[in-house]
Amino acid sequence: MHPAPSLILFTVLSGMGFGLLVWLGVGLRTPTGLAAFILFGLGYGLAGAGLIAAAFHLGHPERALKAFSQWRSSWLSREAVLAAATLAVMAPHAAASVFWDRPLVLFAWAGAALALATIFATAMIYAQIRAVPRWHHWSTPPVFVLAGLAGGALLAAQLTLALWLMLALGGAMVVHWRLGDQRFAAAKSDAGTATGLGRFGRVRLLEPPHSGQNYLLREMVHVVGRKHAHKLRVIALVLGALLPAGALILPAGYTMVFVALIAHIMGILAQRWLFFAEAEHVVGLYYGKR
Amino acid sequence: MTTLPPAPARKLGLVIDLDTCVGCHACVISCKGWNTENYGAPLSDMDAYGAQPEGTFLNRVHSFEVTRDAAPPMVVHFPKSCLHCDDAPCVTVCPTGASYKRVEDGIVLVNETDCIGCGLCAWACPYGAREMDAAEKVMKKCTLCVDRIYNENLAPQDREPACVRTCPSGARHFGDLGDPDSAVSQLVTTRGGFDLMPEQGTGPVNKYLPPRGRDTLQMPDLVSLCAPEPRAQPSGPAPSGLLGWLDRALEKL
Repeated sequence: MHPAPSLILFTVLSGMGFGLLVWLGVGLRTPTGLAAFILFGLGYGLAGAGLIAAAFHLGHPERALKAFSQWRSSWLSREAVLAAATLAVMAPHAAASVFWDRPLVLFAWAGAALALATIFATAMIYAQIRAVPRWHHWSTPPVFVLAGLAGGALLAAQLTLALWLMLALGGAMVVHWRLGDQRFAAAKSDAGTATGLGRFGRVRLLEPPHSGQNYLLREMVHVVGRKHAHKLRVIALVLGALLPAGALILPAGYTMVFVALIAHIMGILAQRWLFFAEAEHVVGLYYGKR
Repeated sequence: MTTLPPAPARKLGLVIDLDTCVGCHACVISCKGWNTENYGAPLSDMDAYGAQPEGTFLNRVHSFEVTRDAAPPMVVHFPKSCLHCDDAPCVTVCPTGASYKRVEDGIVLVNETDCIGCGLCAWACPYGAREMDAAEKVMKKCTLCVDRIYNENLAPQDREPACVRTCPSGARHFGDLGDPDSAVSQLVTTRGGFDLMPEQGTGPVNKYLPPRGRDTLQMPDLVSLCAPEPRAQPSGPAPSGLLGWLDRALEKL
């Protein structure tokens, strides 16, 4: 799949933003005044920036409001509804914390639950797609949810929590990679089933339908990026999870937290790039590519 | 709504005969023509006269080679367009309701004024049946020529999809695949029609007919070709001399 920068930024930034809102909601940290202003600002800013980045991916962003209508069937619509609901429900709690130094527990908990559901819905947009076997698996949502929660805990300066979440995230990434590698074969789709000609013999593309490029190949048959998959996995694991975890073990102050944060963001960007670049769509079988 | 309708009353679709398709791409061109000049946003071309031309097509013809163990390899031309699946994953993922499957005939369509161009439906389709138009930024797909098949301004023989109407080898058939007695359903039954990627669980309505087995030439071998009509063996004394030697020599062969 094509690793579109808008989608990578959206999933990483809004994931962290909603992760931070989860921790601000459940009250592990109940900032007030200026601290609350900065933390809620960060949460809302990241979540909002991610959603704006996602809008850049649309062909017709001016019709984006229509995307709130199909929550009965579509995970993308559910994600939009949940994201808006999170920001709306959390707002009274945020305002009360900033201006009146009084957290509103009910709004806070409801907002936290919605924020967590939003990250899960983001993951399900990808995990629901059966035509991309690597994504269509239970190991996809844990990576998104743990990345959001770990990054959010780091931003909320919940260092012990962040440490454990970083380790869990590292594990989730490795599980997703290892099991993901077997997914295409497990889907049992090949050139034979794609054409129905497998019953006669071995099927090979002789002539593609056209000599140039097309939308399908550009969007869904991204072969280039997989060359460095192994190195990028190691980079994502080390920067995204292990290095932040190591920095959090050290008894240091906010400098180490900042280092952990920067490394974590770089690592998760690499992970997310690879998430798209490495995923093979079955339509490639019609083009003799995977 | 992007939830799928309960079983549609009719299931209009195509039956594509891989035995008779000659790979001429006429269906590709007639499809592009009709769907550029009629319903919905035109199918644009980008850099049409430049070094890297590309465009939006709703129907494309691939050619595959099948290598067989006990027979010569076989070339199969393979047209592919939307299969109007019973359980269409492209419809349920749509966040806006632009994608829908019609209750009355099962045709999967895109309402272009509701499409936000997110591309998720194209990702959800295992067959590559949907392409985002680069100029209009909305998703395009086969409409089964919904603006032809019910069009009373057209002559009755023209009320079928453009690809079917134009196919010079009769490799494309249009009809109701929900009716077991329809001509297309009968064709599928008698010829052993099959689904593409059944393991993806989409329940495609369109069916493909497999290439037929090739005839083998029944030609007698050279020796039996020269066999004389059976007749009574000459009797009498064995010849002698040159004839006798010839007789014995041929006997030994």
